[in-house]
Amino acid sequence: MIAGTNQTVRDGLTEFLKIRRGDIERAWAATPVFTSKRPADAAEECAELLSGIRQVIETGTEEDPSADGFSAVRTVLGSLASRSAGGPSGSDRPDVTVLKAPLLRLWGEQGHDEDVTNAGALALSTAINTLRIAVLEIELSAGADTILSQRQQLTELSTPVIKLWDGILAIPLIGTLDSSRGQAATEALLQQIVAQQARVAILDITGVTAVDTLVAQHLLKTAMAARLMGAECVISGIRPQIAQTMVQLGIDLGEVATRATLADAFSHALRKIGMAITRSDNEPGR
Amino acid sequence: MSATSVIEMGDVLLVTVQGELTDHDAVALQQDLAANVAERSSRGVLIDVSGMEIVDSFLARTLHDIAAATELLAAKTVIVGMRPEVAITLVELGLTLPGLATALTVADGLAEFGDGVRPL
Repeated sequence: MIAGTNQTVRDGLTEFLKIRRGDIERAWAATPVFTSKRPADAAEECAELLSGIRQVIETGTEEDPSADGFSAVRTVLGSLASRSAGGPSGSDRPDVTVLKAPLLRLWGEQGHDEDVTNAGALALSTAINTLRIAVLEIELSAGADTILSQRQQLTELSTPVIKLWDGILAIPLIGTLDSSRGQAATEALLQQIVAQQARVAILDITGVTAVDTLVAQHLLKTAMAARLMGAECVISGIRPQIAQTMVQLGIDLGEVATRATLADAFSHALRKIGMAITRSDNEPGR
Repeated sequence: MSATSVIEMGDVLLVTVQGELTDHDAVALQQDLAANVAERSSRGVLIDVSGMEIVDSFLARTLHDIAAATELLAAKTVIVGMRPEVAITLVELGLTLPGLATALTVADGLAEFGDGVRPL
């Protein structure tokens, strides 16, 4: 389309965008994209958008979302993107394509001959379409950033290593164990085994929603690594359904000790370090 | 460079590995230990690997071989103080060293031999 848009059309468009600036900005400010803004802000953003569009039309880069004209209006686009991300989804979401209709109407009123009008309309549509792509790109990258930071928070939150007794650690695993969270949990546990000189570590999977072969393999690897360091791993909190799933999947935890509940695992761990809990003599219930 | 030292503690040999152990060093250690155990009729060998940061499959096999050889000479081998990253690496390599006794600290390792270890 760049090839089809000759210099005459380009000059005409640039001239039009300059002369009818006020009309275009007023028309744009009335569209749903800007009505939620304060009038002063809307006018300012419209002006910035328009000068960006004029720049890409002048330079013939209306097909390139990373063109200078579009990057000059990044901040405006960013505010459009964040507004549409926070707003209702689907057809109600503010969409920059509504800017196209008033622009084309005003361009039609210019009274150029038919060829120039059509070629100009095509270039203007392309520019608005590319603008929309730029908004989407910003939206997507903002979404990806949010997901990344939330994943990091989740990884940090989900791996507390708890000291139950001198030499006994527990790590309650919660939710879905993907490879990055599993690895973080393993590393935290092994570090704490060294730091606290723990002889027994309990991996509690009560809060794990599903155990597949990958998760099982991960638990097994953690247990093996702990054994190499001289500590024993106990896996606790295997719910009946999960036990059945594991059997059906053919998962064999080998020599790793398993217990139904954290309490059972704890008493097993106490025995391992030569401790026992007994009822005290002055306990009233005795 | 690595430095391995062998200290006799009663009837237990304490081997300390410092730094990177080359293949050559590992083989030398293996032969050295077998000779030492046979000569002194030691009851056990404690290998302290807490100073070891890098491990490969050859080293893992050598540790396994040392344990097997000392076993034949009626001595038990215990690996002591393996670092978390070394343990993870070994597991990821699929080298879980089954049958090899491990302990967290030298004191825990000595306890593996039970009573009869003479104090220094």
